[in-house]
Amino acid sequence: MSALQSPLRNSILDAVRKNQPPPQPMPKIPRFHATAPDDHVTLFSKGVARMAGVVIADDVGDMDSFLRKRYPDAKVFCSAISEYEGTMRPSSLNHWSEASAIDVCVLRSPMGVAETGSILLSDIELQVHTIAFLAHDLVVLLDPKEIVDNIHSAYEHPYFKSRPYSLLMTGPSGSGDIGGITVHPAQGVKTLTVIFSPSPTSKRT
Amino acid sequence: MNPIDQAKNAEAFLADTTHEDRLDKLLWMMRMRRDAAARLVTEWEELRTLASEIKEHTLSNLAEYLEQFEANAKANGVIVHWATDAHEHNQIVYDILAENRIETLIKSKSMLTEECELRPFLERRNIRVTETDLGERIQQLDDQPPGHIVGPSIHKTTKDVATLFSQKYGSDPNNEDPAYLAGVMRDNTRPDILHATAGMTGANFVVAETGAIVVATNEGNADLSAHTPKLHICSAGIEKIIPTTESLAVFIRLLTRSATGDAITQYTSSFRGPRKGATMHVVLVDNGRSERLGMGRFWHSLKCIRCAACMNTCPVYRRSGGLSYGATYMGPIGIIVMPTFDVRKYSELPFASTLNGSCSNVCPVKIDIHEQIYGWREIMEAKGQIQVVKKAAMRVADKVLSSPELYQVSTTALSTTLDLLPHFAIYNRLNAWGKHRDVPEAALETFHQWYKNHRLKANEVLGL
Amino acid sequence: MMEAALMIPCYIDVFYPQVGIATLELLERLGVDVVYPKEQTCCGQPMANSGCYQEAKATEEHCANVFGSFEYVVTPSGSCTHHIRNKFTAGADSPERQRLSKNTYDLIEFLHDVLKVREFPWATFEHKVALHTSCSAIRGLNMASMSERVHDAVFSKPKALLSGVPGIQFVDFDRVDECCGFGGTFSVTEEAVAAKMGYDKLAFMHKASPDCIVSSDMSCLMHLQGCARRQKQEIPFLHVAEILNGVSL
Repeated sequence: MSALQSPLRNSILDAVRKNQPPPQPMPKIPRFHATAPDDHVTLFSKGVARMAGVVIADDVGDMDSFLRKRYPDAKVFCSAISEYEGTMRPSSLNHWSEASAIDVCVLRSPMGVAETGSILLSDIELQVHTIAFLAHDLVVLLDPKEIVDNIHSAYEHPYFKSRPYSLLMTGPSGSGDIGGITVHPAQGVKTLTVIFSPSPTSKRT
Repeated sequence: MNPIDQAKNAEAFLADTTHEDRLDKLLWMMRMRRDAAARLVTEWEELRTLASEIKEHTLSNLAEYLEQFEANAKANGVIVHWATDAHEHNQIVYDILAENRIETLIKSKSMLTEECELRPFLERRNIRVTETDLGERIQQLDDQPPGHIVGPSIHKTTKDVATLFSQKYGSDPNNEDPAYLAGVMRDNTRPDILHATAGMTGANFVVAETGAIVVATNEGNADLSAHTPKLHICSAGIEKIIPTTESLAVFIRLLTRSATGDAITQYTSSFRGPRKGATMHVVLVDNGRSERLGMGRFWHSLKCIRCAACMNTCPVYRRSGGLSYGATYMGPIGIIVMPTFDVRKYSELPFASTLNGSCSNVCPVKIDIHEQIYGWREIMEAKGQIQVVKKAAMRVADKVLSSPELYQVSTTALSTTLDLLPHFAIYNRLNAWGKHRDVPEAALETFHQWYKNHRLKANEVLGL
Repeated sequence: MMEAALMIPCYIDVFYPQVGIATLELLERLGVDVVYPKEQTCCGQPMANSGCYQEAKATEEHCANVFGSFEYVVTPSGSCTHHIRNKFTAGADSPERQRLSKNTYDLIEFLHDVLKVREFPWATFEHKVALHTSCSAIRGLNMASMSERVHDAVFSKPKALLSGVPGIQFVDFDRVDECCGFGGTFSVTEEAVAAKMGYDKLAFMHKASPDCIVSSDMSCLMHLQGCARRQKQEIPFLHVAEILNGVSL
């Protein structure tokens, strides 16, 4: 599989060089800060709701009893956070397709985005990425202090330059492909619940 | 090969009023959702300008950015391939699969793989391909190409889908509830996803600075396809490069709002390297793009981010259906892209437009689409692709209309119906105007005659 | 006294001479010294719009020769103005051609921007109007705001002028600036789609119960009227110039 000395590569690059229009300048990109910090939590919550997600702002108390009450039929609780054990850990999965057996998956996101209602996840939080799409229900803890104003700020998060995988997730999977009517779920998680919960470390990774 | 007759295909689509009416209303609703989303972003027009400038900067420095991406991707552990054309792309993908003894492949939606006709290529070589995008999978089951680049099956009614699924999956043919039907698909596709040994994705953006492939989906199916199996192959057109993560933000803010009116897709993912224990390949595909880069003003079509806003707003597309274009890319953007692949086959597409300009106004990267459509008409003439009858009719029109004497003779000689109009209008289908419309009646006296009778003669009487 | 040449598009000459007459009389009422060059024929748009540039050459050159010496050329057609101003490239470049491209005005622009007239006291029009503005006028000449540009101020030059006619009322209808389906030769090459667009446009207008359908582009109206008559709709179609000049229904 040696793509290293591909002659095709050079011929394509030569063709591109030959045909490139005269160089045009890169514009300076403003960050368009629009909202005061106080608005972020409200905007974020609206954004999640718009995309069929749920935000729980109140303290949920003991995680285990909260989850068992909320998901009475669930049996497999996968926890990727230190403060809750669950019935299993992502590390116990042998093959990544096994995440399909997870009923409820609990994670902590290091960042929310007010503009869109997105939460950030990466290979660090997920460990096994498929838990964010093959599990049935996703529960994400988020420190409201970690909500940034907009997508410009969001993409300043170091993950996008350092992690192999990072995901801005906004509500459960959905599709409008049948009759143009948006339905949930599509192929990914069925529900997404964001719980505001101060970070134990209160610091960005 | 004869040119695709979009007009004739559109006429057939229109004959079935249920589908046409539904598609028109649905896509107009998308346009309204796009407007509402743009209204909420005060800097909307500024973002469009930035997106356009970033794309123009990147495309005019493309070789450098491609090299930068390649270096960063390699450093991240990605294997990078280069394909000159569709066949090379397909062969590279097949070779990777063959080397890894892969028999089942899951893939998310990628217009590039449609462009390259990858699926039939692999299927002929006994590789089972499952599309994981719902709309794309519907089209796969129906053995039909996508009719829209964002919603491949958008032209199908819920009844169409219920019928199709009942034939293919044995589901209830009378249950048209989209949630039920999506569930049928989920249940039937999930085993394929869990057992697949390789996954493919396209790329919405390719970030040079970080070596990231960025994919936006609502269903999470790109992530499923990329990371459930241990082999991820990503196909990306070379024009998908953008310089930085900072510039990515501009496009992410525009893409989904332009496409569906949502602020962002449910899953907006950056793949920078293979997941743990896996391999990741990126195939960078030229397939005519470098040539288009050198095509004068037409290189601007390479700025396209495939949001389909131009299709949703296009009054012709909404009433023709995407399949009428007989092309991978349809609607306004298709009209200006497809002739770069095959000028003869797509020679009629530039005429499938009223040049109303709405497409250019909604384009998030400010491609002057309708001006390019107009320009393509000129190219079709230069390349001898204008129909002979049309040329002949226009030659007569020019002769008449450039001569005051001939013009006066031909306009005053007509009394009842069309005698002037045929010169520039009714040349390829007998009285096409009159099929659905009444023909205007020529006045008893043209303005020219009136002027002569009422003004010039009066002036003569007055001695002026 | 300001002198202006009157350009009457070929389809107005043949099918709608009353629009030419209204334009002429209106300009004269406003004190313009109107010259009508009798050698005029057409701007070449029908051929150029069809991709037949070579076939538009002689016609465009003739047009430039006829009108190239005037300081103002006025025509009651947004699409001809758009062609002459923005797409007049089939013929040889010449000082006449350049002058014509620069000096051609759609009647609405000429009244609104050059003469800056807002009142038409000789006219009254006690009717409800569905106003259609052509895509050439909106997106080619910026004569009205565009629905896609959601942050722009809403305006319409034809509406601003018509508002100066006592008694007139406007009805709002859905998809106000969606193309009517005329599109030049498109109306014939894609007749099925063109007609459907026309029928849809009429249906949106019909819901708003107007007394008449009005536009500053007669070509759109020729198409819409053809659709309406086929559907046995007898609603009147009028050019803006006719109303400004005091026509009664």
